[in-house]
Amino acid sequence: MAHAHKLEIFRGLIKFKSNTSKIWGVLLLLTIVTAVEVVLGIYKPEALMGQFLGMKGLNWIFIILTIVKAYYITWDFMHMRDETAGLRRMVVWTAVFLICYLVFILLQEGGYIERVYESGFIKRDF
Amino acid sequence: MDTTAVSTGTDGKTWGGGNKPLGASYGKLMMWFFIVSDALTFSGFLVAYGFSRFKFINSWPIADEVFTHVPFFHGNYPMIYVAFMTFVLIMSSVTMVLAVDAGHHMKKNKVIWYMFLTIIGGAIFVGSQAWEWATFIKGDYSAVQTNGGNIIQFGEYVEVDGEQKFKRVAVSDFAVAAATERTQHQRKNGIWYSDEKPLPEFTVSDVVAGLEANKNILARTQIINEEGEKTVMSRQESIDMIKNNGKQVVSGANLVINEYGTNLFADFFFFITGFHGFHVFSGVVINIIIFFNVILGTYERRGSYEMVEKVGLYWHFVDLVWVFVFTFFYLV
Repeated sequence: MAHAHKLEIFRGLIKFKSNTSKIWGVLLLLTIVTAVEVVLGIYKPEALMGQFLGMKGLNWIFIILTIVKAYYITWDFMHMRDETAGLRRMVVWTAVFLICYLVFILLQEGGYIERVYESGFIKRDF
Repeated sequence: MDTTAVSTGTDGKTWGGGNKPLGASYGKLMMWFFIVSDALTFSGFLVAYGFSRFKFINSWPIADEVFTHVPFFHGNYPMIYVAFMTFVLIMSSVTMVLAVDAGHHMKKNKVIWYMFLTIIGGAIFVGSQAWEWATFIKGDYSAVQTNGGNIIQFGEYVEVDGEQKFKRVAVSDFAVAAATERTQHQRKNGIWYSDEKPLPEFTVSDVVAGLEANKNILARTQIINEEGEKTVMSRQESIDMIKNNGKQVVSGANLVINEYGTNLFADFFFFITGFHGFHVFSGVVINIIIFFNVILGTYERRGSYEMVEKVGLYWHFVDLVWVFVFTFFYLV
């Protein structure tokens, strides 16, 4: 198993000749994604600042790009791509399911408390 | 015992034993177990940060205004240094995975070299983190904390490219220090078992005097307006706010006060980046141990560099967590 690396990313769109060149390719990808994030974070284009599903459009872009980075770190650096489907599902779905649950519960609650503050039941402006 | 095992008659069946459905060694599986549980710990922290942020969604500090420094350079460079830190960590992840790859091919010298680079990358990251903390703790412009715990910051409008822009002014640049009689409580002149933190350089009345003397200085609240900026008050409002509600001048940040905005921001900053920094630190220590094992030829004799792969998993995980910390602390 150790020598049997899957050498293609983007569902086979890009194929690498060796594991080493795949690593450099993934580094290039991660660097580009990070650079895009930093540039967007500094300039904050007006077009992306509108509200979308309860958050700024730009924040959604950041979160999606982060998940893209997380995917390539896990799949290619941690060699998740080469593990069996069972191991992959055990790790990924457990984490994804529990984290989604946490995110939903806590952000919902945070929003509720914010509305309690906003409606003036608790005085904070002094 | 042998006879019982044989007589089960499950040879060649799925549950007969000897089956390796996950195709991974015990050590690697346990590392994955640890990583999943640690990932949940980190998501707990980050989600708690999100909770507090949603709670104060209209008055949370803007990260671009907090983290603006780069070592050896003066001026305002939001995000540049964190981006550099992110890149260093990703780069050290790459050298780590190259070490793993070299291990698969049993190339000892290459493993040594790549492990060395990984350790250096980790050390640079931890050092940068320490610098970032020091800058954050020291503070920038200082601010006034009100009785209600709100933070009031100061600045003035300056013209940049024909546009009126609000530029921060440090309290020490306009406050008029007056002689005060307040003495600091020390062990020698008060209760012997307790002493007081250093007194702030300025008092609230110094700030009020400074505001009245400098006509251009305005105060701003933490409330974020529709343009996504903090609300700047008028002259009269500014003076009234400090006079009526001002409690103390705060400089820098710690677990009790925070000049950048709500205390929770500093608390979470220390807690989450601190916990992550501790992971990086322990990662560097483990890498060093493995590094020496590689030099000593332990894995060469063992015939497998799987140990490098296992610490590699941990090291990539630390990188993975930083990707999320970077997004939720500095970008979003």
